[in-house]
Amino acid sequence: MSTEKVQIVEKILDANDQMAEENQQAFDKNHTLAINIMASPGAGKTSLILRTIEGLAKEYQIAVIEGDTAPVTIDADKVHALGIPVTQINTGGDCHLDALMVRKGMQALDLNEVDLVIIENVGNLVCPAAFKLGSHLNMVIASIPEGDDKPYKYPNIYRGIQCLVLNKTDLKPYVDFNFEYFEKGIQILNPGVEIIQLSSKTGDGLDTWLNWLRAQINAKKHATQ
Amino acid sequence: MHELAVTESLLKTATEYALENDAKKVTSLNLLIGTLSGIVDDSVQFYWDMISADTICSYAKLNIERQPAKFKCQSCQTEYALDGELSPCPNCGSVNIRVIAGDEFLLQSIEIEK
Repeated sequence: MSTEKVQIVEKILDANDQMAEENQQAFDKNHTLAINIMASPGAGKTSLILRTIEGLAKEYQIAVIEGDTAPVTIDADKVHALGIPVTQINTGGDCHLDALMVRKGMQALDLNEVDLVIIENVGNLVCPAAFKLGSHLNMVIASIPEGDDKPYKYPNIYRGIQCLVLNKTDLKPYVDFNFEYFEKGIQILNPGVEIIQLSSKTGDGLDTWLNWLRAQINAKKHATQ
Repeated sequence: MHELAVTESLLKTATEYALENDAKKVTSLNLLIGTLSGIVDDSVQFYWDMISADTICSYAKLNIERQPAKFKCQSCQTEYALDGELSPCPNCGSVNIRVIAGDEFLLQSIEIEK
């Protein structure tokens, strides 16, 4: 018997990263923009998705991949009620979506007809950050009642994102939320990231978000391979 | 929080390399984990003992090297270690900084018996 050392140097989540890349190629082939929405539970992922569908469904074909840890279709039902194709992924208790789960979701949709795929990740500010899905854009929805210290407590989730939506701005008069402190944390983690303040409830700031997303979808639609 | 998924991936990768190299048994794995990766060593070890049982990696030792987080200021190029709460550049106060170390999550090598 002999012993030897085998050099490897492989990212432990390399298999997931590779699958994510293949997912992205499949989106690209169809000129479909995919956006991964991450947030803590209750930040307003589903309500912003619904407002987004209402704002953009006349201009674009939209589909939604819903991730949930429990076999419930509460969110999927709301999207379905707007007449939008939706596929539900139950992670079976897992705290995040991964690239394989998203692939299964993609297989249930006809991407050929779709301009925008919205992926609603599991409500969690820790684990989704570690698993690439193949989305072109990653975003976090933060919300006023969660507090201004979240970038300092959950730094990883803010790092790989292209857009940060700060939701529930209508609650500012009732909650101590220091925007400067919050923004400084975001800037340290992700200099120059797009920050959009809005209220899904009142619609305030929603146009800024929709216009930002329109620009991203159009860029992908007209991108050459 | 997601250490089970991560440990499963680790077992899969180590097993693939072990089989490729005609190993009878894997005796240890050398990992490099950055402090920003959010991975808890004890949890990885806990799941490892559970899922590696009765595999080629059973009883293999996990040697985990920790890589501290390091930032580099984009304004004045100062490099500094992240110690505690996120903080602007200690030299010029800029928040325009980049992470240059601490994200690592690598299986660097395995030791095998043939």
